[in-house]
Amino acid sequence: MFWNPDAECKPIEDLKKAQYRSLKTLIMRLYEFNDFYRNKMKAAGVRPDDITCLEDISKLPFMTKSDLRDNYPTKMFSIPTKDVVRYHVSSGTTGKPTLVGYNRHDLDYWTESLARAMTSVGITSDDTVQVSYGYGLFTGGLGLHYGAERIGASVLPSSTGNTERQIELMIDLGVTVIACTPSYLIHMGDVAERMGVDFRRDTCLRKALLGAEPWTEGMRAQIENGLGIDAYDIYGTSELAGPMFTECAERNGLHIWGDIAYIEVVDPETHEVLGPGQRGELVITMLNKETFPLVRYMIKDVTAILDEKCACGRTSPRIERISGRTDDMLIIRGINVFPSQIEHVLLMNPSVNGHYQIIVDRVNSLDVMTLQAEINPEAFSDKMEDVVAIKRRIENDMKKYLNVSVKVELKESGSLPRFEGKARRVTDRRKY
Amino acid sequence: MLKKNIIKQLSIFVNNEPGSLASIALVLKECGINLKAFNIAESSGFGVLRAIADDPEGACRVLRERNIVVKQTDVIAVSVEDQPGGLFRIANIMGDAKINIEYAYAYTGRNGPSIFLRVDDPEAAAAAVKRAGMVCLSQKDI
Repeated sequence: MFWNPDAECKPIEDLKKAQYRSLKTLIMRLYEFNDFYRNKMKAAGVRPDDITCLEDISKLPFMTKSDLRDNYPTKMFSIPTKDVVRYHVSSGTTGKPTLVGYNRHDLDYWTESLARAMTSVGITSDDTVQVSYGYGLFTGGLGLHYGAERIGASVLPSSTGNTERQIELMIDLGVTVIACTPSYLIHMGDVAERMGVDFRRDTCLRKALLGAEPWTEGMRAQIENGLGIDAYDIYGTSELAGPMFTECAERNGLHIWGDIAYIEVVDPETHEVLGPGQRGELVITMLNKETFPLVRYMIKDVTAILDEKCACGRTSPRIERISGRTDDMLIIRGINVFPSQIEHVLLMNPSVNGHYQIIVDRVNSLDVMTLQAEINPEAFSDKMEDVVAIKRRIENDMKKYLNVSVKVELKESGSLPRFEGKARRVTDRRKY
Repeated sequence: MLKKNIIKQLSIFVNNEPGSLASIALVLKECGINLKAFNIAESSGFGVLRAIADDPEGACRVLRERNIVVKQTDVIAVSVEDQPGGLFRIANIMGDAKINIEYAYAYTGRNGPSIFLRVDDPEAAAAAVKRAGMVCLSQKDI
C-alpha cells in the first residue's frame, strides 16, 4: 500500500536526477536570498556554480546546532516572519533554545512524509490513532496529529500523562494505533496490568509508532510480545521538521524519502563521506525546506545508510536504527537534554557550588534523572525546610527551563568527584 | 546580657548514604571533638547532624578546615525535672509565650536532664523560662 506511489517508487536514477535538481535550486536560492547561508558558502570558498552533480554536495560546508543557536530566533530565516505559520521550540545545548519555523509548504511536506510513512506500515483511514506524544512546543504531538489526519484516520490527541484515562479512552474508542515513546508504551502496559486491563483482550490496538528516544530490538520484542501488537520505529528531529520517517512493513531500516531529504553518513572524526553500510554520523539536507536552510546538517545521530532495494518496492534509501549519539545529549522521556544546559541552570543558583553529577535510571519503564549537587556552606541551615527549599528551587528551575523533571540530591561539599581532564559527570544506567 | 543562656549548637550537613555519618564521626574523633548530646534529622537525600560540643567555636573552625558543611546555631538548654510532666512544663511555657519550637532533643548531664530547644528567638525563650522559675543552662554547665 502506497500513499504517493509515484514519489515513493520512482526509479533510483530518476530519483537522483530529481534530487540534483532540487539541490541545485536550493543552493542557488539560498545563495541569492539567505545572508546566513551565502556567508557560510563564501567562508567555505564555494559558489552555486561549483555544484554540478549530486556528489558535489560534499563541497558544501556542514551546519550544526550552533548555527541555529547563534541565529536565534529568526536571523537565519529566508522568509519574512509574517509568512511563518508555525513555530516549534526544542532545547539548545546551553541557555538558548532552538527555534524552528514552518511556512505552509514546510508543514505540507512534513505531513506528506508522515502520511507516506503511516501508509507504509499499513495504517489507513479505517484506523483510530492515539497520539500520546506531547502537544505544544515539542514537534511530536502536532506532527503525528496532522499526518494521521491527512490519511483520514480518526485522531485522539491525548498528549502525555494521565495514563489511566488514556487506557480508558483507548478501550472506549477502539484505538488501533498509538504513537508515543517506547518507554511510555511499556509504562502504559504496566499501568494497564494494575488496572486489570489486558491489551490483547480489552483493546483493539494493533500497531505502534515509537520513537523520540533510543530503543532496541530487545525492547521491540518485549513490547510486541507483551501487548500483542506490531511496533515500528519512527525518526526525526525538530530541525528537519519533526518526526518524519518510519520503517515500512518490512521493518528493515527507516525509509528517508529521497525527494524530501538527501542523506549522507560521515566519519565523526574526519568528516569524510562514508559508503553504504558504513556506520558514522548522519548528515541531512532538507531539499525543500523554505523557512530556513538545513543543508548538510550534522544531526549527531549514529547510523548507516542501507541502499539495497527494499522488498516493499520503495526506492528511497534507508538508514538503520539509530545506535547512538556523537555528543553527550541525553534523551529523558523523549525530551532532549544536554548536560551543558543542566549546568547552566544549576549555576544560576547560588546555594550550590557548581560541582554536580547526573545519574539517569529507568524506574518502572520511565526515565528518572537525578542531579547531585554540592550545597554551599553559606546556604546551609540547621532547619530541614530551608535545605529542602534549596532542593525544590533547583527542581523547579530545571522544570521551567528544560521541561524535564529532575530529582535533586544535595551533597556535602567536596563529596562529588573532581575531574582533572575531561569531566565525566553523567552516569546513564538505563538498559536498552 | 542574656547571652550566657545561649548554647551554640553545631549543625552539620550529612549525605544520606551508607558511610557518611561514619566519615563525619571519624573527623570529629580525629579533631578531638567530644559531643555531649546530638540528634540526627533526615530528609530525602540528606541529613542534618545537630550536636552540642565542649568548644563549639573551635570545633566549628577545625571542621570547616576539613571541608565539612557546618554552622553554629543558637539554642537554649532548659533543665527539667526527671519525672512525669517535665516536658509538659517547658512545652507549656513556650506555648503560653507564643514561641514556636522548631525542634528539640534531650540529654542527661551532670546537672540532671535538660532539653535543648531550637526556637526563632532564643533570648525571648530564655526570658520566658526564667519568668516561669525554671533554669537555662549556660555553655559551661553542659
